[in-house]
Amino acid sequence: MMASSYSAKDEDGHITVSGPGGGTLRNKKPENTAFKQQRLPAWQPILTAGTVLPAFFIIGLIFIPIGIGLYVTSNNIKEFEIDYTGDDTSSPCYNCAKNFSWNNTKSCTCTIPFQLDQPYESNVFMYYGLSNFYQNHRRYVKSRDDSQLNGNIDSLKVGASSPMASRKKKKPSKECEPYASIDNKPIAPCGAIANSMFNDTLKLFYNDPNGTSVPIPLTSTGIAWWTDKHVKFRNPVGTNSNLTAVFQGTVKPVNWHRPVYELDTDPENNGFINEDFIVWMRTAALPTFRKLYRIIQKKNNMAPTLPRGNYTLVVDYNYPVRSFEGRKRMILSTISWMGGKNPFLGIAYITVGSVCFFLGVVLLVIHHKYGNRNNSANISN
Amino acid sequence: TFCSYYFIHLICFSIRVRANDREYNEKFQYASNCIMTSKYNIITFLPVNLFEQFQEVANTYFLFLLILQLIPQISSLSWFTTIVPLALVLSITAVKDATDDYFRHKSDNQVNNRQSQVLIRGSLQNEKWMNVRVGDIIKLENNQFVAADLLLLSSTEPHGLCYIETAELDGETNMKVRQSVSVTSELGDPNNLASFDGEVVCEPPNNKLDRFSGTLYWREKKYSLTNQNMLLRGCVLRNTEACYGLVIFAGPDTKLMQNSGRTKFKRTSIDRLMNTLVLWIFGFLVCMGMILAVGNAGWEKEVGSLFQSYLAWDTPVNNFLFSAFLSFWSYVIILNTVVPISLYVSVEVIRLGHSYFINWDQQMFCSQCNTAAEARTTTLNEELGQVEYIFSDKTGTLTQNIMTFNKCSINGQSYGKDTHNTCACSRDRMLDFSLFNPLADPDFCFYDDKLLESVKVGDSCTHEFFRLLSLCHTVMSEEKSEGELVYKAQSPDEGALVTAARNFGFVFRSRTPGTITTTEMGRTVTYSLLAILDFNNIRKRMSVIVRNPEGRIRLYCKGADTVLLERLHPCNQEVMSITSDHLNEYAADGLRTLALAYRDLSEDEWEAWSESHRFADKATDCREDRLAAAYEEVEQNMMLLGATAIEDKLQEGVPETIAVLSLANIKIWVLTGDKQETAVNIGYSCKMLTDDMTEVFIISGHTVQSVRQELRSEGMQGWREPCFNGNGFKEGQEGGDTAGGKFALVINGHSLAHALEADMEAEFVSTACACKAVICCRVTPLQKAQVVELIKKRKKAVTLAIGDGANDISMIKSAHIGVGISGQEGIQAVLASDYSFSQFRFLQRLLLVHGRWSYLRMCRFLCYFFYKNFAFTMVHFWFGFFCGFSAQTVYDQYFITLFNIVYTSLPVLAMGIFDQDVPDHRSLEYPKLYEPGQLNLLFNKREFFICIAQGIYTSVVLFFVPYAVLSNATQSNGVPLADYQTFAVTTATALVIVVSVQIVLDTGFWTVFNHVFVWGSLGSYFIIMFALHSQTLFRIFPNQFHFVGSAQSTLLQPVVWLTIALATAICIVPVLAFRFLKLDLKPQLSDTVRKHTKTQQGRLGARGGSRRSGYAFAHQEGFGELITSGKNMRLSSLALASFASRHSSSWIDTLHTQTVHTVCFSGENTKTVI
Repeated sequence: MMASSYSAKDEDGHITVSGPGGGTLRNKKPENTAFKQQRLPAWQPILTAGTVLPAFFIIGLIFIPIGIGLYVTSNNIKEFEIDYTGDDTSSPCYNCAKNFSWNNTKSCTCTIPFQLDQPYESNVFMYYGLSNFYQNHRRYVKSRDDSQLNGNIDSLKVGASSPMASRKKKKPSKECEPYASIDNKPIAPCGAIANSMFNDTLKLFYNDPNGTSVPIPLTSTGIAWWTDKHVKFRNPVGTNSNLTAVFQGTVKPVNWHRPVYELDTDPENNGFINEDFIVWMRTAALPTFRKLYRIIQKKNNMAPTLPRGNYTLVVDYNYPVRSFEGRKRMILSTISWMGGKNPFLGIAYITVGSVCFFLGVVLLVIHHKYGNRNNSANISN
Repeated sequence: TFCSYYFIHLICFSIRVRANDREYNEKFQYASNCIMTSKYNIITFLPVNLFEQFQEVANTYFLFLLILQLIPQISSLSWFTTIVPLALVLSITAVKDATDDYFRHKSDNQVNNRQSQVLIRGSLQNEKWMNVRVGDIIKLENNQFVAADLLLLSSTEPHGLCYIETAELDGETNMKVRQSVSVTSELGDPNNLASFDGEVVCEPPNNKLDRFSGTLYWREKKYSLTNQNMLLRGCVLRNTEACYGLVIFAGPDTKLMQNSGRTKFKRTSIDRLMNTLVLWIFGFLVCMGMILAVGNAGWEKEVGSLFQSYLAWDTPVNNFLFSAFLSFWSYVIILNTVVPISLYVSVEVIRLGHSYFINWDQQMFCSQCNTAAEARTTTLNEELGQVEYIFSDKTGTLTQNIMTFNKCSINGQSYGKDTHNTCACSRDRMLDFSLFNPLADPDFCFYDDKLLESVKVGDSCTHEFFRLLSLCHTVMSEEKSEGELVYKAQSPDEGALVTAARNFGFVFRSRTPGTITTTEMGRTVTYSLLAILDFNNIRKRMSVIVRNPEGRIRLYCKGADTVLLERLHPCNQEVMSITSDHLNEYAADGLRTLALAYRDLSEDEWEAWSESHRFADKATDCREDRLAAAYEEVEQNMMLLGATAIEDKLQEGVPETIAVLSLANIKIWVLTGDKQETAVNIGYSCKMLTDDMTEVFIISGHTVQSVRQELRSEGMQGWREPCFNGNGFKEGQEGGDTAGGKFALVINGHSLAHALEADMEAEFVSTACACKAVICCRVTPLQKAQVVELIKKRKKAVTLAIGDGANDISMIKSAHIGVGISGQEGIQAVLASDYSFSQFRFLQRLLLVHGRWSYLRMCRFLCYFFYKNFAFTMVHFWFGFFCGFSAQTVYDQYFITLFNIVYTSLPVLAMGIFDQDVPDHRSLEYPKLYEPGQLNLLFNKREFFICIAQGIYTSVVLFFVPYAVLSNATQSNGVPLADYQTFAVTTATALVIVVSVQIVLDTGFWTVFNHVFVWGSLGSYFIIMFALHSQTLFRIFPNQFHFVGSAQSTLLQPVVWLTIALATAICIVPVLAFRFLKLDLKPQLSDTVRKHTKTQQGRLGARGGSRRSGYAFAHQEGFGELITSGKNMRLSSLALASFASRHSSSWIDTLHTQTVHTVCFSGENTKTVI
């Protein structure tokens, strides 16, 4: 910022100064306000032994009990995890995984037996987990059209045939490319996220000690965020309420077996508001993640939701992960006030609390031994 | 050949102006007299201002980022994340520029619309300044500003003389004489002037204020023109009723405007450091980009290529290397927030705030002159906290340039009392002259009634003493009404002496070229003035020869004791020895002394001398020497009358200020044009030199050898070394300090010239900076600047130059910080300065309070700012390892946009503007508090790396704690928490809370603004986040607000809050422990002072006695001649009609002959060329 050393004001300014006879000598004394004189009342905290050391002890005393509480809570949560990727020859899903091809219309089924050593009380949550799956990749995360998913009918229209029409008729957002349209027909739902939706079907059977295999009822609703289900995702509302008609003129994503309006028979869980779909669309932050699949509701009687014993997991193996060295897991977990099993948080709290307490002790010792308590004597010029 | 070259030059590159001929002059398209200092108008503002702003590297860089973001394959952020801050920054600057320009427009308009009287078609008409054209003849009246560069044509004064004050132009307050060419001076009235059709050919516009060359062609004759004929724009006409001038240069061509070049833009050391650091950060940014790009290449090759069935590459990408290339740019975009665009704007805002605090400071307001301190540049404030060397002018800066008649010795009897303690100068002890003498000056103070008694008694010596003072001088008087006398003295010394005589009953009333009228003890006496033997630096004395009404001729002489005492009659021996003792005594008190003597001349002696004088005066060769010899001849065998002692009054609080500043380890050098004796004397009276000094070295050698010899002299060896460790990380300075405290150096201008030569420079610096005080006397303005440059170069220290006169401008401009004293000597120094105020003592407050605070605040601000942005940005780097190096951001885009400009800007700004570690009076009480700034301790590369390290540590915690906690956590309804949006909200919230806690720790002075800004920013984060995640916004723009519902869903989870608390604790606890340890084990002085609340008072003693003084007679030669010539007599002030005809004085003749000489000379040459 260059400044010109001359300004006409300067030439002028001096006249008023030098000419005492000007008569208009304004008093230029600055105002005596606390703000202008930098005398605003102010709180001036100082770090002293009296404030810092208790702070350390207090942090320690707060963190350690919380940590212990968290650790105990976490330890009380029961969790069972089974890997069914099938990259091992001994794995029941080995054949399904090996023979997978995108063109398969008939799904491959594999059965995995497992055993629960402890009974699972209250509601049990069933998750599927994927590893080495980069749902957080930039190109993946942005490859969606929230406007389409929110039921915007324009995003389902056929792509513009004439440049004039393109202004009015919106296509699926270009963020969805290359999963936006096929043969000028929009894909519903468009984008890479939707295209790669997890489509294994997991079923759970309890092997009664008497030999019968009892299917366990799995609830597929209530697994998505309320705002996702009711605000973010909405089926397009066409002239009629029939979803098939509304999605007329669109094509299904290439990897899907069924179009979006056939995801479920329940109209409240079909189309864009299908909860499996919503859960998938909420992308994970890390390449190893789990997503809620089903809830096993606690029955009314006193019996545990999942008694200890033998179970069978039946998988309709549709979802290939071996190509990118991914892994698939099924997780069963109970839950507490703080969510699922999470030993890290408790341990971290105990550690930080202990370190604080320890630091407090060390600083106290240092302060007493070497500390500069008699400060006032130290001022010299 | 030189001449012919010169004239070819003159002809080819010259301008022609014909008087009263607008059509002719318009052919040349000269600039009009309309000045325009403004840069823009309404239409050009936007493009020109934007163009200027994009010349700043930072702005262009952000524009480049913006363009990068428009490429979809690269764009990792939405375009608005850059454009919003950029637009904000650009518009803040634009508003500032527009306001500045508006005021320039206003002042331009005011100046352009001033009225002036222009001679149009034979009559005077009022015209606005901007309508004055080259070639117009305009009339100026007394006290009017000159509207353009004029050729003086005629004036109401005899001989076409007129007087101007050039304070605006060159800062000199004394009046200057200009004279018109003789032929035009006769064109007295407008009618004659209207028919004047001379043509001026002169050099093209330039910026040399003291040079002009041109030729006037009129009636087939040539007249040479010099600067002596010019009235320049910016001058004020004084003591002249009216004059007429021909406009030669107008508006932007005037010398005033030509001189207003763009000033050198000063940068602070923090600025330079900041620029270096920003470059390093860019380097760091590129490195991180490279690392991540390499990671991207690896990932795309190993994983991405296999993952293609779910995530195909973008269309132009066909291999991993190309992908890596794009990813590099994507990361450059994401990580650019390590150098946020708001840094520069925030720094400017903080500095502006500090400048306002300087302007607003009541304690730097001088009520006598109604001037507040002014920060004229807003960019240097923090440098005020790092000053190591102060270079000060003497006259007008350390001293008031007010002389008071303090003591005198008459015929061996000393009068006058010590008035050193200004508080003792009470009104009741002061002599009251008003009863005794109605013509007395009421402002005059004297404290010894013995002298008045002696006058009243009628002691002849005393009477003769004051008679001398009332006669022997070159003062002009103006008597506006009966008894109301105003003296116009060449030097303040003289004014003080004449005023003293006036109060003691010998009132100088008026003078004509041949007479001096006084009122002696109530009786009007007129002396005829026979001769003035003028002052010069060699003679160091002046005399007048007068004939009193009784017809007796007497020579009165006053001068330096050294020269005068040699010329006394031998019979004075006894008085001389007593007076000599008195002189020593006065000198020891720091007073400026003069000896007075007279000599009676018989009529014959006078006739004889008068003859020889006339002969010498007429001589064409060696006139000066002959005159000097003639003077010498008559100034012999004089009778000693006595001596006077004048006090050169120091500015208020100077010794105290110097003491405080040197306690703050600031070295003060006095650079003055004054004589050595005066300078040393002032050095003593302002406590720079003290009697307990081991030695005061005086270097006054005239040759290289002698200067070198003196520099290397015995006493200077040995202790010279400790000062040779420059700025920066200085180790214990205590030793060097005490060693230097014992010595002082006084160096003369001619010795300095040798000392500044390349081979002696280092030696000089090492010697000089080992001394506690350095005084350079008899230095030229250029040397002042050279000394400053030398220290800047050799010591790498921050320098401050303070001065008030035009001769200080070069020094003020070359120092890191220039301070102008807005005193009596015009405003040139102030205009060139960065800060201005009216009292030297305000310097301590400017440096120790404002400078110190500014430095502290700026350092704290920068530390926090870099910390904050590294903490913010580096999270992306760690995330890169988990998202396939895909340049996915951790946070919501809106958060990235707003983080720097909304969520965290105001608290740190409030800290940067309002923070105080210790209150202002403490920093004056403990000047040592200033040292961290000089040693550059608060913000340097080491501190920067600590900040960066802390920022990176914080980013690690902020990423990995949520990572570890959330990867397996679920909400209480079983939904996993590890989704991207929850992670983003958690990290962002933790970040905002951590940096807020950090600013809470950093802020040491919690005003209401800090509270509002800190809590307000934190609150605004939550409010804005909930708004951006609301259903309403999502319904309107579903494609823009992906995060709908994330805020409430996330922040309702206890696990999220536990995570944030954990991250905050991990970030802050080590900082807290570290700070506590530092404070407890190695407290800084400021920490101790902060804790220590007891007040300490009474620190600096009053001033004591001093040492040897010398003669100081700030006089210019040539005024005596002017007086006897009568040319400077106002017609209105005296009835000079009779003298008007007989004024064939040598001075005016010399002037004439010189002019004629040049005319002839140049005429010949012109002919040869043509």
